[in-house]
Amino acid sequence: MSESIETILTLKDMETHFPIKKGVFKRTTGYVKAVDGVSLEVYRGETLALVGESGCGKTTLGKSILQLVKPTSGKIIYNDKTTERDLCRLSQKEMMEVNQKLQIVFQDPQSSLNPAFTIFGSLQDSLKAHGIKSKSERRKIIGDLLEAVNMRREQMDLYPHEFSGGQRQRIGIARALSIEPDLIVCDEAVSALDVSIQAQVLKLLKDIKEERNLTYIFITHDLSVVEYISDRVAVMYLGKIVELAEVEDLYASTMHPYTKALLSAIPVADLDRRKKRILLEGDVPSPVNPPSGCPFHPRCSQCQDICKTVVPELKRFETNGNEHYSACHFAEEQLSQ
Amino acid sequence: MKDDVIISVKDLKTFFYTNNRCNKAVNGVSFDIKKGKTLCVVGESGCGKSVTASSIMQLLPKLSRIENGKITYHSNEGDIRIDQLKKNGAEMRAIRGSDISMIFQDPMTALNPVYSIGFQISENIQYHTRLKKSERKDQSIKLLKEMGIPLPEQRINEYPHQYSGGMRQRAMIAMAMACNPKVLIADEPTTALDVTIQAQIFELMDELKEKHDTAIMLITHDMGVVTELADDVVVMYMGNIVENGTVDDVLRKPSHPYTKALLESIPVLGRGKNQVIEPIKGSTPDPYNRPKGCQFAPRCPYADSSCLVMPDESSINNTHSVRCWHPMEAV
Repeated sequence: MSESIETILTLKDMETHFPIKKGVFKRTTGYVKAVDGVSLEVYRGETLALVGESGCGKTTLGKSILQLVKPTSGKIIYNDKTTERDLCRLSQKEMMEVNQKLQIVFQDPQSSLNPAFTIFGSLQDSLKAHGIKSKSERRKIIGDLLEAVNMRREQMDLYPHEFSGGQRQRIGIARALSIEPDLIVCDEAVSALDVSIQAQVLKLLKDIKEERNLTYIFITHDLSVVEYISDRVAVMYLGKIVELAEVEDLYASTMHPYTKALLSAIPVADLDRRKKRILLEGDVPSPVNPPSGCPFHPRCSQCQDICKTVVPELKRFETNGNEHYSACHFAEEQLSQ
Repeated sequence: MKDDVIISVKDLKTFFYTNNRCNKAVNGVSFDIKKGKTLCVVGESGCGKSVTASSIMQLLPKLSRIENGKITYHSNEGDIRIDQLKKNGAEMRAIRGSDISMIFQDPMTALNPVYSIGFQISENIQYHTRLKKSERKDQSIKLLKEMGIPLPEQRINEYPHQYSGGMRQRAMIAMAMACNPKVLIADEPTTALDVTIQAQIFELMDELKEKHDTAIMLITHDMGVVTELADDVVVMYMGNIVENGTVDDVLRKPSHPYTKALLESIPVLGRGKNQVIEPIKGSTPDPYNRPKGCQFAPRCPYADSSCLVMPDESSINNTHSVRCWHPMEAV
């Protein structure tokens, strides 16, 4: 990471709750607390990975940042080098301006491209919306973009079904790049791809980032991929961040029992390191009524009385001189085990 | 035939016919499933691994048929040629679900939403044994308990939608294990599940293998899963087995360029941020427009003119064989 650390995005106590409506009158009977008080800083030029199991709120968090889902409360402050703006309080017009700088790559490239449009048709919309009037110019830009993602210029006149999954995902990346963003949210961008293709896309993402000085928020459930691509990792559980650290520190000195279990559950493709798994019992609890105290306590092997009643805060520690946050009452004890 | 083999597949060819075109989904595949061992079949999507499994279970869709080859099930009562049995004949039905059973990738679509879990488990028991209704119920409860489902006495009357993803997959395994099968075929059983739940399911499958001496054929695309679970590995590419051997053979000394490239293309946990991953160039060919000769040749860095002819299987040692003109020396 660069020497002068500059924050590009600051989340403050962000919450996104979805109401559950029941009955004839659609009365609200409760809330799904998909994102429940997340505070986070994203630095310019880094790759921040958000990991967690399905249903932990990582995708909702990503979408909330881009205002694709309106957050219930909290602040999202975006710093575009000159001004700082709270994304939650922008008018539609202002948001449109900011949207140029914030883009997203979706998980399933099949469903995120319109099958009735050619690639040029799909990709030119964002250029049009951001004021590039002449068609020849748009064609030129899109051609360059396709080349940047290792595809051929001529392919812009083909339809999505004529491409393979890996190519479609690269088109998705090209679309996100089209208006020169600062920050790209990659929502499970490589999860739907075959292993051999996954490597191509990962490498492409890494190269593009260096070329264009981008910032990524990389949402995934695959911790092997995270280790390869990211600088810092935030582990989420039931809408909350439970651990946040530099990637090396997270793997070497884990400070939360959930991260430990998650790491040990991953099958590693290395015969010399067949290891004992830490088995978690049961499933992720429902975010409609999360457990009291620490949300992880019903599955935690080291659960104590305090965990059942007191919600642990995300506390700051230091590992090798880097920030290391952990939301566990016994974070430091994790290190000695 | 060796004693420890339970199912042997010889030169299996399964083709699909659509729009007057023929997709040679499985094109000459031979392997053995050994008693009490786990055989992992790895490959990318479309390489024919699921079709191989469906061929063994005789669960192929209508547009496809087994063109050639032998699938022999070495049962206690002598050898049975599965490929010669009628798809829905009495013999095949007697084998399917009792001697050989299968777990599917997505438990939600594999379970029937309008019947309770208990009914679906005991249905299998009812079909294959002569137990009474109350005994069947006890047996089902026992099975669910073995799979680690809490409160099985209540859970048995619940429906699939009331189960979570991991529990549904456990219920599927309970169904598959209901008649103590000799062979369990698992088609990507954990792809739809989270890693922590995946670890639970794997632990369970290991346990079952040890307790009941069941042979497992596990289909996967994840090299990590192979490392953790497999005794033997079969690597498939475009309908052929390119490499076949024990886990140690294949993962430590990959001899086929595809296996090697596959292993180099995945990020491995614990190797840090600066690990080099080498993507395989290009993408898998169109199954209707296959390359001539070795299927991997267009993507292979070692390809030359000899690769325009399909290589035969050559063995490296007793357990390890490879289908390549230039099998690489042990790395």
